[in-house]
Amino acid sequence: MSYSVKVVKGQFKLQGEFHTAEPNQPIRDEHGKLCGITNPRRVVHHHSYGGEAPFFQGLGDGRLWATRCDNKDCEVAYKALFIPFRIHCPDCLEKNTPLDITDLANRTAHVYSFMICERSGAFNSLEKPIRFINVEFDGVSTILMSYLLGKTNPEIGMKVRPVFRTKQPTFTITDLAFVPADTKEKDLPAGFTFSK
Amino acid sequence: MIRFSKRQLKTPRFLRDVYLVTGGQSEYRRAFPEKRTEELCIDAFQDAAKYIGMTPQAMKKYIHTCYYGHFADHFGDQLLGEAVIHDRLGLDPLGNIGVKTGGATGGSTIWEAAKAVASGYSDCTLALGWERMDEVPTDEGNNYISCAADKDWETPLGHIYTGYYAVMAQKYWKVYGREEESFRRTLAEISVKNHGYACHNPMAQAPMKITVEDVLKSPVVAYPLRALDCCLMSMGASCVILADKETAYEMCKEPLLIYSTAGSHTLRVADRRDMEIPLLPNETEETYKNIDKEFPGGERYPGFTGFLAARMAAYYAYRMAGIKDPTEDLDLVELHDAFTISDIQTYEDIGIRPYGKGRTYVESGDCYLTNPKTGKSGKLPANLSGGLIGCMHSVGATGIMQTVECMLHIHGRHAEIHGDAKRWESYGKKKPADWQDLQVKGAKRALAISHAGVGSHVTCTILMKPDARLDK
Ligand SMILES: [Zn+2]
Repeated sequence: MSYSVKVVKGQFKLQGEFHTAEPNQPIRDEHGKLCGITNPRRVVHHHSYGGEAPFFQGLGDGRLWATRCDNKDCEVAYKALFIPFRIHCPDCLEKNTPLDITDLANRTAHVYSFMICERSGAFNSLEKPIRFINVEFDGVSTILMSYLLGKTNPEIGMKVRPVFRTKQPTFTITDLAFVPADTKEKDLPAGFTFSK
Repeated sequence: MIRFSKRQLKTPRFLRDVYLVTGGQSEYRRAFPEKRTEELCIDAFQDAAKYIGMTPQAMKKYIHTCYYGHFADHFGDQLLGEAVIHDRLGLDPLGNIGVKTGGATGGSTIWEAAKAVASGYSDCTLALGWERMDEVPTDEGNNYISCAADKDWETPLGHIYTGYYAVMAQKYWKVYGREEESFRRTLAEISVKNHGYACHNPMAQAPMKITVEDVLKSPVVAYPLRALDCCLMSMGASCVILADKETAYEMCKEPLLIYSTAGSHTLRVADRRDMEIPLLPNETEETYKNIDKEFPGGERYPGFTGFLAARMAAYYAYRMAGIKDPTEDLDLVELHDAFTISDIQTYEDIGIRPYGKGRTYVESGDCYLTNPKTGKSGKLPANLSGGLIGCMHSVGATGIMQTVECMLHIHGRHAEIHGDAKRWESYGKKKPADWQDLQVKGAKRALAISHAGVGSHVTCTILMKPDARLDK
């Protein structure tokens, strides 16, 4: 159905598929008075991953990369592990060393907090409800945001294991997900595998 | 950072006192399909001029620089929207700048405008904020809001900000709320209170007489949060005029001293590292000696249960303004009740209660104008405007609205503005027959907290009568 919008009792009333709206369609109120126009937008950004590119490449390869501050003179974060992958140490600003933490993640990942979300925004590619989880790994100073695949609801403290979209990766953060630690590889959703 | 140097913890200082001269507001609604943004900004500006018996023309003659709070350019598809408003207010060729700090934009705008006066650059500044989120469908709007999270590490996960935010509510609910039914009811009570206070505010978007049961029956948005636990999405504008002492007394009879500070913390909650709790003047190391035993799971600070940015804004502000104990020294507060649960988190961040004990501020009745438990005046009434839950959350205007509302109480002019039947009529509303004057009697000092999303930015604004100052 084509898109239409009008004003009823001081509120915009929308109908139809709004991603395909035509530009410059008049918006009128119930008395026919002109209030405005439709103004659709569709753009493509060419976005750089820069120094984080190894992390996003790593997901497609079935590996989880973090970084570590190896600056002996760093007063706070020497040997601290960061994931989200930080290119530079937030304390000394020296370049961090990328470190493959897949095995650590396989062994120690557990849920710090979570949220089950029934809604999503435009352009969402994840199945709903989205089971957001925040994952702690032993010895890592930060708490990674991700999502739990499958039908099991998360719990705080639950042991989980990373899975990777190694078949047809999208090179986005959605290529990384987690499953309950006792999940069998044959039960993983299409496209996902355990670490390689 | 998780460790601070002495210089970073320096008590902020204005080189000269800064005064709030006046403030004004537009009406707030979900949408204004028949108004341009500038019409609402001009409403707020005219309201501020009228408050001190000036014409807009006369007030403009004092203004030297302008600070505009407007967060979400992409909603209006207009970059440099500040320049549009500045021109429509007829304030060219004065210097102006746009301020963007998410939900804290209003508070940050005041922070900037205050520093300009404090430094001597300007003798009089305008801080004006607005937001317009009604021009896109909700689905697209959710995506736009999610763009305020990390583009690569969060936004692709559902394009829904609630998902990144509510994990903190979940943690608080489990650790400090212990998933107790009684705590769930306390959360609901905040919504009942704030929607109820909004009934006496002609500008407010969501006046509602509801019960705890109504809140508990409203649809789940992100468990344990329900629709009536959440703040509004609004459109509207508000402004304040700040000045140095001499200019302020020339413009009005009763200017108020203003202090303003800011704190920040990671945009991604994922980046929060464990650290020691920075202590407020009313806390000691003893306060938190057993917190991890008392609340298992609360070992990490701030973890997902506290907002370090709010703690730091209060840390700076209390020392700057001479506040020793917020509950004793302040007469009212306007807090950023984005969600009922984050309202409770804020009580703890700013030291109204210690970490873990926020709920008792509501349960004791201290947060009410009239304590329902004792029938006496509440110790520290909160969000008499209705807050973000009952009055509005028109992002760039929110922190400014809170400051204006605090001003009305300290001036003892709450009823004059909120009880004016003509004002109600001008918004197409009827003044309720059971309208109540929510004036805090004898109010001398007030505080407003302006807060962004997961806590990336928070400001603390403190107003007081000049003869009630505590810093000298
Ligand atoms: Zn370092």
